[in-house]
Order: sequence, then C-alpha cells, then structure tokens
Amino acid sequence: MLAASGMTTESRPILDVRGLRKSFGSTEVLKGIDFRLAPRELAFIIGPSGSGKSTFLRCCNRLEEPSGGSIHVDGTDIMAPGVDINAVRRHIGMVFQSFNLYPHMTALGNVTLALRLAAHIPRAEAVDLGRTALARVGLADKERAYPGELSGGQQQRVAIARALALEPRIVLFDEPTSALDPELVGSVLQVMRDLREAGMTMLVVSHELQFARAAADRVVFMEGGVIVEEGPPAQIFGDPQHARTREFVARIDGHH
Amino acid sequence: MDRFLFTFFNAEVMAEYLPNILSGMWVTTYLAAFVIVTGLSLGLVLAVLRSALSQKMPAPLSWLTGALRLSLIFYVDLMRSVPPLVLIVLFYYGLPALGLDIAGLGATWLALSLVLSAFAEEIYWAGLISVARGQWEAARSTGLSFLQTLIYVILPQAVRLAIPPLTNRTIAITKGTALGQVVAVQEILYQAYSGLSFSYNPSPLTLGALAYLALFLPIVIVGRWIETRFAWRR
Amino acid sequence: MTLSDILALFFNPEIAAKTSGFLVDGLWMTLLLCLVVIPVGALGGLAVAVLAALNRRWLNVLLVIYVDVFRALPPLVLLVFVYNVPPFAGYRISEFEAVVIAFLLNTSSYYGEIFRAGIESIGRGQWEAARSTGLGWWQTMGWVVLPQAVRNVLPDLVSNTLEVAKLTSIASVIALHELMFAARSAQQLTFNYTPLMLATLIYFVLLWPVVHLLSRLEHRRIAAG
Ligand SMILES: Nc1ncnc2c1ncn2[C@@H]1O[C@H](COP(=O)(O)OP(=O)(O)OP(=O)(O)O)[C@@H](O)[C@H]1O
Ligand SMILES: [Mg+2]
Repeated sequence: MLAASGMTTESRPILDVRGLRKSFGSTEVLKGIDFRLAPRELAFIIGPSGSGKSTFLRCCNRLEEPSGGSIHVDGTDIMAPGVDINAVRRHIGMVFQSFNLYPHMTALGNVTLALRLAAHIPRAEAVDLGRTALARVGLADKERAYPGELSGGQQQRVAIARALALEPRIVLFDEPTSALDPELVGSVLQVMRDLREAGMTMLVVSHELQFARAAADRVVFMEGGVIVEEGPPAQIFGDPQHARTREFVARIDGHH
Repeated sequence: MDRFLFTFFNAEVMAEYLPNILSGMWVTTYLAAFVIVTGLSLGLVLAVLRSALSQKMPAPLSWLTGALRLSLIFYVDLMRSVPPLVLIVLFYYGLPALGLDIAGLGATWLALSLVLSAFAEEIYWAGLISVARGQWEAARSTGLSFLQTLIYVILPQAVRLAIPPLTNRTIAITKGTALGQVVAVQEILYQAYSGLSFSYNPSPLTLGALAYLALFLPIVIVGRWIETRFAWRR
Repeated sequence: MTLSDILALFFNPEIAAKTSGFLVDGLWMTLLLCLVVIPVGALGGLAVAVLAALNRRWLNVLLVIYVDVFRALPPLVLLVFVYNVPPFAGYRISEFEAVVIAFLLNTSSYYGEIFRAGIESIGRGQWEAARSTGLGWWQTMGWVVLPQAVRNVLPDLVSNTLEVAKLTSIASVIALHELMFAARSAQQLTFNYTPLMLATLIYFVLLWPVVHLLSRLEHRRIAAG
C-alpha cells in the first residue's frame, strides 16, 4: 500500500515531516516542525505541558488534521488528496496514555479487530497473528481476559500488541506509562526495549528520562510548538546548547 | 360484600366478555410489538445518522449536513414535546384527508413509533457521546473506517449504556397502545369500554385492567431487573 | 388535492381565529391540571420513596407492588376505571377529581422510583456523618440526603414532569374541557383540522423549552463523565 519511491529503503526516512503547522481556531499550536526519523531509530520527544507534543504525534497519522506542511510515511504522502487514510493508518501504530482498549472485547478481540476489518485477514489467520502479538508482549495467557480484568500495565501491553499485530512501519507512543502505577511501568518499558532490539522504528513522547538515556537514539526538545533542540541523549541531558533546554532538563531531572 | 362481588367481579358478565378481552389482548400485543420494532430501529438509524452528520466536513458540504442535523433534532424535539394522543388523532383524521388512508390501527402504530423513535434517538445518542473519544481514536488509528468503528467499537458500548433507560421508555410508550381506544382500535381498553356500555356493569373494566396487568406487569418486573443488573456491571 | 386545499384544511386562518378563544379556554384548564397534578404526584412519589428508605420489610413489599402495578397499568386505563367505576358503588365523581386521583396513582409511582434512585445514590458515609453529629433519621433524610438526592436525579424529575404535562391530554377522553378536548370539539364542529394543528403547535411551544433543557442537562451530565 505504501508506494516505493526512487530511494532505497535504508536511506529513506520512515517518517519525513516538513514545515508542519497546526492551528486550533486562531491559536497556532505547531509552528513549522521539520523532523525525520530513520528506519530502526528510536526518538524521544520531551517538552513542557502544552508545547504541542501530543498534537505533533497525532498529526502523524492524521487524528489531527494538519493545517500546513507535508508528512511522508515510508515514502507515502499521507496528506495527498485521495490517499486512503485507513490503509495508511494500519501501518502507523499508535499507543495512547489511557490505553483506549475496547472494554467489550477480550484482549484477543482487541488485537484482531483491525486485522479482520481493516486488513481483511481471515479470522483464523487473524487469531494466529493476534496470539503471536500477545506473546510478544508477554501476555499469551491473557487472550480471553477483558480489559477490566487486567492491570494497567497489562492493558497497555495489550494496546501495544494491538498496534504491533498490524506490522506497522512505525509506532507512535504518547506518554505510554504516565497513567500507570510506578511498579507497573517497568513491564511496559521492557516491551518497548524488546521492540527496539527487534528493529522497530519508534517515536515516543514520555517523561521516562532514565529510559530515554538508556534506549533513545535521539532526544527532541519541543517548546511553544517548535523543536528547540535535538541530539543524542548524552548531548541533550549532559550538554544542552539552548538555555531553555537546560532549564527544562534541570527541572524535570530534579523530580526524578 | 356480595353486592361488591356482583358489581365488580360479576362472573357471568366476565365470562361473557372474556373472549372480547382476549382478542383485545392479541391486538394490544401485536400493536405493541410493531411499535417496538419500528420505533427502536428508526431511533437507531436516526442516532447513527446524527453521528455521521456531526462529523467535520469541508465548507459547502458542511452547510448541508448542518441543515440536515438541525432538522433531525427538530423532528426529535417535536415528537418529544407533543402528546402521543394528539399525534394519534391528528394522523387518524389528517392523513386520510391527504389521501393516505390509514385506519385507527395504522394511526396509532405510526404515532407511537415516531414518538418512540425520537426518545430512542436521544437515548442512543447520549450513549454514543458517552463512549470516550479515545475509543474512536484508538480504532481509527488502527485503520478502521468511520462505519467500522461505529459498528464494532462504539455502538456495542453505547447500546449497553442505553439499555436501562431504553427499556423504561419503551414500556411507557407501548402502554400508549391504550390510546388507540380513542380512534377505535379494538385493543383491550376498547373492548373493556364497550363491554361496560353494553352490560352496564363495571366487571369488563376490571377484567381489562387485569388483562393489562397480565401483559405489562411481567415486563415492568423484567425492566426493574435489567436496571439493577446493568447498574451493577457498570 | 391541491396545495390550497391542504392549506384550507390544515392551516386555515379563519378557522384558527374563530376557534382560538375556545382553545385558550382549554389551555387554561390544561395549565390548571398541570398545576395540581404535578405537585400532588411528586409529593406522593416523595412519600413512597421516603417510606421505602425506612427499610421495613413488609412495607417495602407493599410499596414495590404499588409502584409496579401502577406502572404496569396504562394511565388511560386507570383514568377510565377511576371515572367510570365509583358510580356503580354509589359515588359520583367529577371529571377533575377522576383525573387527579388517576394521575396521583400513576405519577406517584414514577416519581417514587426516581426519588428512590436518588436516595440510593447517596452513600452510607453521608448518613453516618449526619447521624454521628446527633441528627435523627428524619432530620438526616430531610436536610442531608434528600437535597443531594434531588440534585442527582434532577434530569429524571424534569423528564417525568414533562411526561405528566403531556399526559394531561388524556383527560379529553372523559370529556374534561382541556386543550386536547377543545381541539377535538372544534375539529368536529368545523370539519377542519386547523384546531388540531393549533393544539399541536401550542403543546410544542409550551413544552419545547423543557425538552431543550432536558437535552442540555443530559449532555452536561455526560460531559461531566
Ligand atoms: N482539540 C483541541 N482544541 C483546541 N486546543 C487544543 C486541542 N488539542 C490541544 N490543544 C491545545 O494545543 C496545545 C498543545 O497541546 P498538546 O496536547 O499537543 O500538548 P502536550 O505537549 O502534549 O502537553 P502535555 O504534556 O500536557 O500532554 C495546548 O495549548 C492545548 O490546549
Ligand atoms: Mg500530551
């Protein structure tokens, strides 16, 4: 579904955002974002509340309609007129802060729904793929459980499995651990670490700085709807170039 | 005491009118069934339509959908604010004048169905907007279309929320079949009333009241059970 | 049938002018009915709910039977019964009295269920806090529980009141001269449907604000989660 362009897969970014703008009414929330994410890369977005992190992420699969700029995912212009947005979204996984599991379906039901309806995979095969995905997040034994019967950490892992089952090119995480009790955070981070080992391309909004230091290839600091600074974790956390970055890092480091 | 029994529970009179009351029960039952089927399904269609019309649209199209949405809301508000009896009488006399020959039965069915559809639309709609926005986003982010999301993710949750209020409202409106008496629908009340006029004894009315209890008391009790059951599960 | 025929039959200004005085008389009776029937039914329902909260086993059985029986009987059946049966036992009863009695039985059951749900929505903590400060059962009910209960079920109370107001139209069946009766009489006298359309319009204008208020209350409740 995602058309290949002239470039080879390795050199071409999975996510290619240029001049992205987004306004709600008269307030401009994203003021021209340029951002590229290479295959297998894990980038972390940090920034103060209201800086537009979620909005940026949600523009990448058009849950929010961008007001301007361009977004290519694996070579496909997702803003092109006539693009089949549902087909595009299948290949862009998204994980939400509040899980958003379907409460009336079992874990397996949650994972297989889009496989059957959006990817048109026959039921039996979808069930196999769903089980594989649940096994990947360590929940093979929970396929019959309803979300209400699972802990927060387990629910979030089911939500990750729901995204993974569709074999996405990239997974977007919006504060995946913020709604979790501290003792449950680890299991979700472990799944994300495994994903990184497996070579998944990921864009993560999170305040888990420990994890960012250990696992991220790149850290992006956003404020006021623009990217202020980006670089390897060592630079952003150890030797930030911008005063604003320095202040922000110092402030949240104090809290952790 | 004997006089009381003779007057209100006169076995002879009751036996005489029992067949009429039974045939009235049959009319009440199928009239109620038709009202429930048409009312609830029309209500669901309207709620889904309202949901579709509430989506964000580009400018020229949005005027059309906006106008349609407002007419839908007007219809629902109208049907909720006018007494069903007024609608029944209006349809009974007015529709034939427009060349649409509709008997008392048809007028009652139509009026009650429309009223039920309006209430059901409101209840389904409340259910639809109660389902968290995150459910829409999660489903759409996996590539499900608007309709697929609505059918497989949102509606099952909305209908569940809607069941207790919907049960109560449906019971209340199907009891409105008794209003058909006014336009000569031969349901229970009609049979009981004419029994009263012919025999000059209130026993047929007593029998009619018992017939209603036989039909609706079980439904009221089931409704009570549904209410508590769904309240616990939430 | 041409458009002008339809207009003459359903939207006839002359007929409207001729019958409007008659309809207004009916409207006053409808308003009077509402003014009597709504408070009576609501107070009856409140009594049912407070008695149920006393939690006496046999009393509760009786109350449940009362509420369910009168919720199972169509209001029109009750009205016809209440109006037609007492004369056989030697009591004359006026149309107005019949309506009030039938409505008391029917609406107190519905109001009763709503108040009961409201009272049950107030947690034990409120009872315990009030009782621990030395308030008696009735004081706690009246000053602590009921005010919160009523607020919690306000949309349902308004909704039921709307239904009661619409229901007064069934009084026309026993020839009480209220709005619906006036409209039907006028229709039969003039062989024209304009009075019925007028009545529909009056009900809509009168009750639409309530319907609208209800939608807003409901949407606010949902937004609040
Ligand atoms: N649907 C919307 N309508 C209007 N304004 C919005 C909407 N969504 C977000 N905003 C505004 O856009 C700005 C950026 O919001 P966003 O959720 O992207 O911030 P964030 O960086 O994710 O913050 P947080 O860390 O608190 O999640 C905020 O000022 C917010 O109020
Ligand atoms: Mg956010």
